[in-house]
Amino acid sequence: MSSLQFDIAHLLAGSLVLASFMMLYQDRLYALLNVYALHAGVLALSVAWQAYVQHAPHLYVTALIALVFKAIIIPVALHRIIRRLGIHREIENVIGVGLTMMAGIGLVALSMVVMLRVTPGADALAREDLAFSLSVVLLGLLIMVTRRNAVSQVVGFMSLENGLVLAATGAKGMPLVVEISVAFSVLIAFIVIGIFLFRIRERFDSVDVQALDRFRGERR
Amino acid sequence: MIAVALWSVAVLLALAPAGVVLSTRPRGSLILYGGCLIATSTLCVTALTDLLYFPHLAPSVTLPIGLPWLGAHFRLDALSAFFLVVVNLGGVAASLFALGYGQHEDSPGRVLPFYPAYLAAMNVVVLANDAFSFLVAWEFMSLTSWAMVVSHHREAENVRAGYVYLLMASFGTLALLLAFGLLASGAGYDFDAIRASHPSAALTGMVVILVLLGAGSKAGLVPLHAWLPLAHPAAPSHVSGLMSGVMTKVAVYGFVRIVFDLLPEPVWWWSMVVLLVGGPTATLGVLYALMQRDIKRVLAYSTIENIGIIFTGLGLALAFKAEGLDWVAALAFTAAMLHVFNHALFKSLLFFGAGAVLGATGERDMEKLGGLIHRMPKTAFAVLVGCVAISALPPFNGFVSEWLTFQAILLSPQLPNWGLKLIIPAVGGLLALAAAFAAACFVKLYGISFLGRPRSDVAASAHETDRFSLAAMFALAVLCLVAGILPGLFIDALAPVSKAMVGNVMPYQTGLDWLTIVPIAESRSSYNGLLVFLFAALSGMAAASAIHRLASDRLRRAPAWDCGYPDPSPTIQYSASSFSQPIRRVFGSVIFAAREIGEMPPPLSPSPARLTVDMRDLIWDALYAPIAKVIGVATERINMLQFFTIRRYLTLVFAALIVLLLVVAL
Repeated sequence: MSSLQFDIAHLLAGSLVLASFMMLYQDRLYALLNVYALHAGVLALSVAWQAYVQHAPHLYVTALIALVFKAIIIPVALHRIIRRLGIHREIENVIGVGLTMMAGIGLVALSMVVMLRVTPGADALAREDLAFSLSVVLLGLLIMVTRRNAVSQVVGFMSLENGLVLAATGAKGMPLVVEISVAFSVLIAFIVIGIFLFRIRERFDSVDVQALDRFRGERR
Repeated sequence: MIAVALWSVAVLLALAPAGVVLSTRPRGSLILYGGCLIATSTLCVTALTDLLYFPHLAPSVTLPIGLPWLGAHFRLDALSAFFLVVVNLGGVAASLFALGYGQHEDSPGRVLPFYPAYLAAMNVVVLANDAFSFLVAWEFMSLTSWAMVVSHHREAENVRAGYVYLLMASFGTLALLLAFGLLASGAGYDFDAIRASHPSAALTGMVVILVLLGAGSKAGLVPLHAWLPLAHPAAPSHVSGLMSGVMTKVAVYGFVRIVFDLLPEPVWWWSMVVLLVGGPTATLGVLYALMQRDIKRVLAYSTIENIGIIFTGLGLALAFKAEGLDWVAALAFTAAMLHVFNHALFKSLLFFGAGAVLGATGERDMEKLGGLIHRMPKTAFAVLVGCVAISALPPFNGFVSEWLTFQAILLSPQLPNWGLKLIIPAVGGLLALAAAFAAACFVKLYGISFLGRPRSDVAASAHETDRFSLAAMFALAVLCLVAGILPGLFIDALAPVSKAMVGNVMPYQTGLDWLTIVPIAESRSSYNGLLVFLFAALSGMAAASAIHRLASDRLRRAPAWDCGYPDPSPTIQYSASSFSQPIRRVFGSVIFAAREIGEMPPPLSPSPARLTVDMRDLIWDALYAPIAKVIGVATERINMLQFFTIRRYLTLVFAALIVLLLVVAL
């Protein structure tokens, strides 16, 4: 593998982490969705580059799935949901942006340390990919934890899943079946969560998960 | 042989779902108990044939069920055959009894499906030849019996009994699971492989302790007995009989199978532990029994006593075997096994008697019974036989096994180990005390319930029980007598078991003059049940005829407990509490922290004087209550986890992930 190829792969994976960071501080839902679409687009690019580098044509299919489903269908569908729920003006912030960003940086550092330490024997590209994808997964979790709106939690979950796909494509010889089934399961999860969103909203007139807590008689 | 046994077990298992259907039919319980009767009789005859004629064959079968790489192994050796006889003899008697008794059941759907499954589970425990099948069957046995304990779930007491039982049963299974885990570490779960392995001394020591905890909690060894007097009386009486008479024996089987068979040669301290648990169990069990008023609870506590005697016998066998005195070990082991058999007989009989009384009067409280010998003469006779047998009076069977145990105790000076030499006579003293208390206990049970005048209307209007129940009780009573006057046959039948477990046998008894049994040598001691029986019968008849001949021949009936005074109320009679008061005063103040609070009204006050007795179960207070408290506090803390918000859960997961990653990174 030439140095340029490696650098481009590195760049794309790094961009994915950057996109995750961008998602961290979006406090408007539409903006969050747009960044998520960007996130998925970068993922598609990254996967396509991996397909080219690894001479693995089936990865192009994965890239296509990522582009179609994650960068187009899901954001569009979420847009519609938000519009129908009428929550596009909602602003949410649980913890301050600065603190969240600091935590995110800490997580990236942690995943680098972990991955560089546990995979000394692996291929350099796979190592980098794994480190970046672990960062994306952790950042996705962080998004889920710091939001209280159900839609943005869904988005956090989706970005977490993008991290998994990145890890999967970085490892050579991942069968297509696995990728398709992962994509499919995400779609199912999306549908289920979407239905839930409407159920929650129907019941509580809000998709703020605090409503659920209030319903259970909790105080925070 | 083993195929017949396994097919009969399969029939029992198939009867369990049939019980669901049959419980709604009017004659369903007859069909179901009849089916159980046939299946258990087949098993009993099969096992008996195996024990008597082919004890050295030990056929085994592997069925492709259970763990895929292991299968289910079954084996029918002499020990399994003997315990199969015990289990199924109890099963036959209980099914026969239930043909009559089971018809009074208000909610048969809560008993019928579980009864055959319970019998099947006990059989499988005894037949199993790998740890997995053993444990599954063991747990199945606990669960099915639990279901029957809570069958009368409207009474709060039964629900509590079921709860405590379930907890203790899980604890016991856990201990056994750990024991098998340790054993399997070098060999795998197959018993044959475990037998062939050579575990280290530390490991076998731990296994012995764990097995004592696991099997002991099922058998009711003090201090793990707390559930037994709650759970056994709560079940329907035929199931109580099975639980007390048979299931505790299955627990003994588990102990014998692992400690005598699977583990290598015993070490002397194992026997020390077993003896130090067995002796106090016997004495404390019967002391508890003496303090009770509930018939079935007296019987349940007396089971603890008998388990103590059995475990003392096993402890002696371990001690003598560890010190190389095989022939005494054979004596002690045979005594323990004989007591297993005897106790299964008379405890089932007594529980059936209690069931008959319960069916006739609806009462288990002795203070509300009395005078039943006139209303239920046949039941009274059968129960009398049971009481005499369990009190270890010759010529019945209880005497033989306890006498043999004492013969082994008397040989303890031959042991080279000083610790054992000192401990065993002390344990013997405890056993002797227990035997005396047991006699007092059953004099009380019989005297208060069956003699005297009825203490309540229900007791006065009681009626004799049905013929199936009577048949079951009389069959057991006859067996008690036969085992008492022909013990030599039974001892010889146990020879292959003893040979397989302790490597030696008692001297052969058949062929000796007058059916005498001589456990060691003619010069030391011998016992002849037949002669004792004949002498007692003949002298009794001679005395009776002499009195009738020489004195008045006229039959005269007078009010019972009259003493010349026409007393107005039956409560003036001796009561159960007053009978046990002297013993309570001597021992109870220490063991039960018993206090008598007398309340004397001032002169001229019309209020009644009262005497209340306050007793506490010190073992419960000292052992169970603190554990329950700690667990309660801990669960309350942990319970908070159940009421977090979604985000808090996510945060927890996240934090856990981060912590684990940090551990990897640093």
